[in-house]
Amino acid sequence: MRYIAVGCCLLTLIACKREVREVRPSPAVSGILGDAGAESALRPAGEMAHQNIVNPYEGNAYAISEGQRLFNWYNCSGCHANGGGGIGPPLIKKDQRDWIYGGEPSNIFDTIMKGRPNGMPTWGAKIPEYQVWQIVTYVRSLSRLEPKSATPARSDTLEQKTSTIRPDEKGAAH
Amino acid sequence: MTQSVWHASGYNAAQIRELAIFFGLLLTAIFLIVEVVALLVLRRRHRGIQQEPLEASHQPGSGTESKLRTVVGISTAVTVLILFGLTILSVSVGKAVTASVAPAGSLKVEVTGKQWWWAVRYASDDASRVLLTANEIHIPVGRPIAMKGEAEDVIHSFWVPSLQGKRDLIPGRTTQEWLQASQPGEYRGQCAEFCGLQHAHMAFWVIAEPADQFQAWFDHQLQPAVEPTDEETQRGRAIFLRSACSLCHAIRGTDAAAQVGPDLTHFGSRRTIAAGTLPNNKGNLAGWIADPQTIKPGTHMATVAIQSAEMQPLIDYLESLK
Amino acid sequence: MTPVIPEQHAHADTDTLRRTWRTKPGFIGWLSAVNHQDIGRRYIVTAFMFLLIGGIEALLMRLQLAKPENTFLSAGRYNQIFTLHGTTMMFLFAVPVMEGMGIYLVPLMIGTRNVAFPRLNAFGYWMYLAGGLFLYGCAFFNMIPDAGWFAYPPLSGPQFSPGKGVDAWAQMITFTEVSALCVAVELIVTILKMRAPGMSLNRMPMFCWSMLVQSFMIIFAMPAVMIASTVFLLNDRTLGTHFVNPAEGGDPLLYQHAFWFFGHPEVYIIFLPALGMVSSILETHTRRRIFGYPALVLSLVGNGFIAFGLWVHHMFATGLPQIGEAYFTAASMMIAITSGVQIFCWLATMWSGRLHATAAVHFVFGFLFIFVMGGMTGVMLASIPLDLQAHDTFFVVAHFHYVLIGGALFPLFGGFHYWFPKFTGRKIDETLGKVSFWILFVGFNTTFFPMHWLGLVGMTRRVYTYIPGLGWDYANLTATIGAFLILLGGLTFIANVLRSRRFGERAGNDPWQGSTLEWEAQSPPEPYNFPNLPVVTSRTPLWTPVSERPIVIGMREDRREVLITKVLDAEPHHRSVQPPPTLWPLLTALGFGIGLAGSIFAFNWYYLASLLGMIGLIGWFWPRRPLEVEQ
Repeated sequence: MRYIAVGCCLLTLIACKREVREVRPSPAVSGILGDAGAESALRPAGEMAHQNIVNPYEGNAYAISEGQRLFNWYNCSGCHANGGGGIGPPLIKKDQRDWIYGGEPSNIFDTIMKGRPNGMPTWGAKIPEYQVWQIVTYVRSLSRLEPKSATPARSDTLEQKTSTIRPDEKGAAH
Repeated sequence: MTQSVWHASGYNAAQIRELAIFFGLLLTAIFLIVEVVALLVLRRRHRGIQQEPLEASHQPGSGTESKLRTVVGISTAVTVLILFGLTILSVSVGKAVTASVAPAGSLKVEVTGKQWWWAVRYASDDASRVLLTANEIHIPVGRPIAMKGEAEDVIHSFWVPSLQGKRDLIPGRTTQEWLQASQPGEYRGQCAEFCGLQHAHMAFWVIAEPADQFQAWFDHQLQPAVEPTDEETQRGRAIFLRSACSLCHAIRGTDAAAQVGPDLTHFGSRRTIAAGTLPNNKGNLAGWIADPQTIKPGTHMATVAIQSAEMQPLIDYLESLK
Repeated sequence: MTPVIPEQHAHADTDTLRRTWRTKPGFIGWLSAVNHQDIGRRYIVTAFMFLLIGGIEALLMRLQLAKPENTFLSAGRYNQIFTLHGTTMMFLFAVPVMEGMGIYLVPLMIGTRNVAFPRLNAFGYWMYLAGGLFLYGCAFFNMIPDAGWFAYPPLSGPQFSPGKGVDAWAQMITFTEVSALCVAVELIVTILKMRAPGMSLNRMPMFCWSMLVQSFMIIFAMPAVMIASTVFLLNDRTLGTHFVNPAEGGDPLLYQHAFWFFGHPEVYIIFLPALGMVSSILETHTRRRIFGYPALVLSLVGNGFIAFGLWVHHMFATGLPQIGEAYFTAASMMIAITSGVQIFCWLATMWSGRLHATAAVHFVFGFLFIFVMGGMTGVMLASIPLDLQAHDTFFVVAHFHYVLIGGALFPLFGGFHYWFPKFTGRKIDETLGKVSFWILFVGFNTTFFPMHWLGLVGMTRRVYTYIPGLGWDYANLTATIGAFLILLGGLTFIANVLRSRRFGERAGNDPWQGSTLEWEAQSPPEPYNFPNLPVVTSRTPLWTPVSERPIVIGMREDRREVLITKVLDAEPHHRSVQPPPTLWPLLTALGFGIGLAGSIFAFNWYYLASLLGMIGLIGWFWPRRPLEVEQ
């Protein structure tokens, strides 16, 4: 009986990573304006050691929902729609090869922070880093690269449109 | 602070308070009658040694039964009449004060509930007289205000008890109510529908002023932001524009025009920060910008790394936006 | 046909009866029990555990609110705890404990040996237990719902409640609903078809009437919450439907209507059995037949009907057309009439009887004080202008705790004191019972009375803290102190129960000289309840002289036989053989449980649930030889 009780107490310590809601920025990530996610280790003057940049919010449901919010707030939808693309390329990728600059978290982080040719702005000077990681996690979730259990099944604002439910012009009831 | 149904300073809230007092007194009287009867019943109880075995069944005579029937019947009839009366009274007061349709000549104000602040828009047919502000609503005394409510994300509820009952703000719908202040004053309101982590810190202020004072305030608010006069505040504006602030906040008269966060054009003139959470002064503002998550954990305000040397000019600038 | 011979007390072979009807010993025997006493007891004990857990959650909440800007609980943690508190109390304590009392007492009161569908009864309990374990199991893994016990979308939707917490909540409701529906079906059929011969409907005890009406209410109300939580919310969250997504044509109010169509009857589902208990306690303790039996029955039925017409009063602030809302004002006021009639009848009973103020009666008086006050605030809330000020404030918190604790918990505790000798065979300590009553009564009022005031001075609900300077500090502190008094009262009650169970004075069959059939059985009842099934000739069978109390003879004792009677007049119709104890209900519940639990993670688990459930049901319904004899 005792062992069961202890076991249960230990289980609580697992505190499922998916469910954690970290509201404070993760202090671990800072000052990455260098080559966060190089596509290859090759560079002039020999190989470079890969920096091991890890997404602190990998698999975290709260981060994905925050990323979803920020994706709309910072107007990523303006170019990428809700993942379908428009001015910018679609972010819903069927295949790893469809990522132009790589689909690893560090690659996407780099894309957002430093910008890319042909129109992707540099957001590194504006958006706080922890929020960029949240957006990274969300973008990956669009292509089912995040655990399904952490990804919401739908957005609440799939298509922004005015609702048809309104009181009539004379106002509601009497 | 006035956030109370009893401190009814609005026409609507005053009517509701009268109704509440009437209901309260009547129902308290009924309650006391029932309790007095219960106590009298208790007085009539069988006393005696607790361990004494209970006697066999005791049936009262038919005379008692018929008397009881009469009493119960009359009590029931009286109850029905009272409740009927209360229903009629309640419906008629409701029609008068809590109807959705506002009287003619109302000032139109639209409130959008967002997690966890209030976007306020004074509507007008003239586009140049539409005012966008946040968390603090000024209204003229004695004029009905037609409130339209919407919600951006989840269900909120607009409630300023001293002026009017509450109205939910529901995504996908527009709700309406009207209110009217009878005297000048500052009335605090709070969100009354659970809306997430910081539902507890989603308050707002309604400031009722004489009509001319209101007009002066309104006209001033329509102006673009005050230009910074000295070097400190100019630096502050530059810091504001180049940091993450302008991603979410608008200051009319500058390049910052984002709508997702509260409009800061006349931020210095507001009484509180963070939707009624803290009084608006430089110390609180510095604390709020440096670490919003301590004051309102879960807030959507980003934690922006402002260097300590930059904080002072920034808050000087923001507080100068009167 | 079974001959019914008055004035002949044939000695039943109690040894054979006991062997036929007992639950098998050992762990497997415990798991395979289908007797109503075992299952009723399990419901009550399990529900009580959840009451304690819910109570601890309440204490945590009150500790956080004791002073302004307190940091005892974080915002997220507080939201989780108040969600769990409401969910536990409403779904895991209040309804199951009333069900448990019903399952235990109804067969005894109507003079039969078991409920109509014993295996369904067991299945219902296992589903309830599975649901409770599922919710708290998820909580261990940090999947804790935090959108309130009512979980309004869009807040509870996929975007604003990330993670699996709300999914766990929604699926737990499926478990507890299925359980409640099983018990409801059970009780309706038992009450209508298995009453003792001669117990026509107008001779049935009030408690059985209340369980009957409550069961019908469950059947009509529970599907609505299934629709709200599973069809609307869970599907939106896991499958990507748009039932409550306004951006795609859905509507959050749809959820509210569905939820409250269940939610309002739910509180009457909790409340009605308590009314039945009050009638039972008072009839015995006033030594006279309850006054106004027809009025009481009609009031119960009226309560049941009208309760379905009130739900929009939870939605007065949503801006629905006022003329429609006015109808709900009228209905909400009207239901006070049916409750009022019952109170008048009870007062009349006590006035004209010889009231013995035992601990159980103390709790009845506590009910009269607290529930009536709650009813008064309810009438205030029925009025739309008043509700628009008081809705979603602590005024409502005060109101519903007054009616739920006063109207359901106090009678329940009265019932515990009243039926304790029947459940355990020993008398409960009267003095300690009265002491626990007073502590609970004072503690309750200390906690909840200040909340009326708090709500009217602006304190909204579901807030994890409040800023200083609003004047709310002292009232909140008082409420917190009261909460600890309630804890003390509860502990006193538990101490009383535990002590009386071991050292209480032994009670005979009928320590109170009660009027209804359960007092004829042993204390605690034998597994077969009555050696011979009784025949009933009046509304108060145990108050008719023994010589005028016929019995049924001719029932077989070597197999589980019960007597099925007709619906209105309870004329004997035929004998029916009940199945022996079996593990299949447990296995079926396990199968469905595993599938439903996993389904919040992946849709395919529903297939597994169907498969395992099907296997369980096949085993359950496997045909037996017709005249199977119990070994």
